[in-house]
Amino acid sequence: VNLIELFTLGPGGWGDEMLRGAVMTLVVAVSGFIAGLPFGMACAWAKLSRSRLLRFAGGVYTTIVRGVPELLVIYLLFFGGSGVFLKIAQAIGLSGSINVDAIGAGVLSIAVIAGAYLAEAFRGGMLAIPRGQSEAALAFGMPRRLAFRRVLLPQMVRLALPSIGNIWLLTLKDTALISVTGLVELLRTTDLVAGSTRMPFTFYMSAILLYLGLTSFSTLAFRSVEDRLARPSQPVSAQ
Amino acid sequence: VNLELVTASLWRMAAGVPITLQLVGTSMACGIALATLVALASLSRNRWLSRVARGYVYVIRGTPLLLQVFFIYYGVGQLEWIRDSPLWSLFRSAYWCAITALVLSTTAYGSEIIRGGLLAIPRGQLEAATAFSMTPWQRFRHVTLPLAIRQMVPAYGNELILMLKATSVASTVTIMEVTGIARTMAAETYAPIEIFLTAGVLYLSMNASLAGLVHILEAGLRGRGGLHA
Repeated sequence: VNLIELFTLGPGGWGDEMLRGAVMTLVVAVSGFIAGLPFGMACAWAKLSRSRLLRFAGGVYTTIVRGVPELLVIYLLFFGGSGVFLKIAQAIGLSGSINVDAIGAGVLSIAVIAGAYLAEAFRGGMLAIPRGQSEAALAFGMPRRLAFRRVLLPQMVRLALPSIGNIWLLTLKDTALISVTGLVELLRTTDLVAGSTRMPFTFYMSAILLYLGLTSFSTLAFRSVEDRLARPSQPVSAQ
Repeated sequence: VNLELVTASLWRMAAGVPITLQLVGTSMACGIALATLVALASLSRNRWLSRVARGYVYVIRGTPLLLQVFFIYYGVGQLEWIRDSPLWSLFRSAYWCAITALVLSTTAYGSEIIRGGLLAIPRGQLEAATAFSMTPWQRFRHVTLPLAIRQMVPAYGNELILMLKATSVASTVTIMEVTGIARTMAAETYAPIEIFLTAGVLYLSMNASLAGLVHILEAGLRGRGGLHA
């Protein structure tokens, strides 16, 4: 069989299906990751707080999520929360062909998982900032929140960026696990196409190349941001 | 919460624990051996050897494990020369496909840990060993290896935990380890929340036990410290 024919866009080939799957993977990964940022921030804040109860709660969240297989988290949220996302979608007048439950559970599980890892990255970044920085900010009479926003947050982001990049790569790869819920992202698309063409080797190989493309691009993008932020005497804007 | 269901499911899932641990143990054992070879290859002065090793690590680390499992379990069968070869009896078995995927994966991640451990050895140590006119093998055995091992144990402990979690993907190719049993039971009982939470507790306790073992190993290595390590 002609490979070019096999991967053409349009009804004759499977190129457009595969690309659509890759786009769905990106959409779920990006929205899950973004939704995970506040989880991570809140949890890092709890783990750094003076309250013993908050520290304990933060510790429980990161220990459980990081100690249990990602697949189990996805099963729990998908089967355990079954119907919740569908009801929400119907309540706001959304209904139709797309699988709201799979997308909702997928994004939420990615957010919960990424949040736990991000919390550790944020906490590490915070702890790596020299004490003098926040002392100086407070000595200048900055209120605590302003000091956090203008002095601590920008430095924390810069220090945590390499870990954040790694977590993004983990997130991107974890989205493949959401295929078990029937969400038609890249891996599920590949399963379906491999089944109907009876050419699993060819299509799983092409999925490998697509994932490698996504991860390589991410690595390059994060590296260029890191380089930009590492440039000396360049103020990191945080308005 | 239905306590009876939780205890019943705990017993049934406990039957999957040996399979989960077997998957972890087999793949870690093969993985450490292969990872050492890959790490040495990627540090080798032979440019081609090093390129092949780095390319391998790049591909494995850049793709999801689940895709690797499906590629091996479903994809490889498309190749006629595999189906005609004696290897086919291996690739036909879901268990061996899962093991193969897990070994390939931990080999890649482990080789980076070992590479890091080898690179972290201070040059002076190696120079001193050479100055003592140690042979390359003696230098490796008495200087490089003990220093690298102590550097690597914490990171490898982390990899062990990641592998324990990774074995759950074997359930997607019909292996009845803990996650596989949980999945079946959730469908039978219509009580997914109780079942999956119980499975989570089981994984957490396996993790805690493994982490404890790694801790003992670390303490042991520290205790033997000094020049006689």
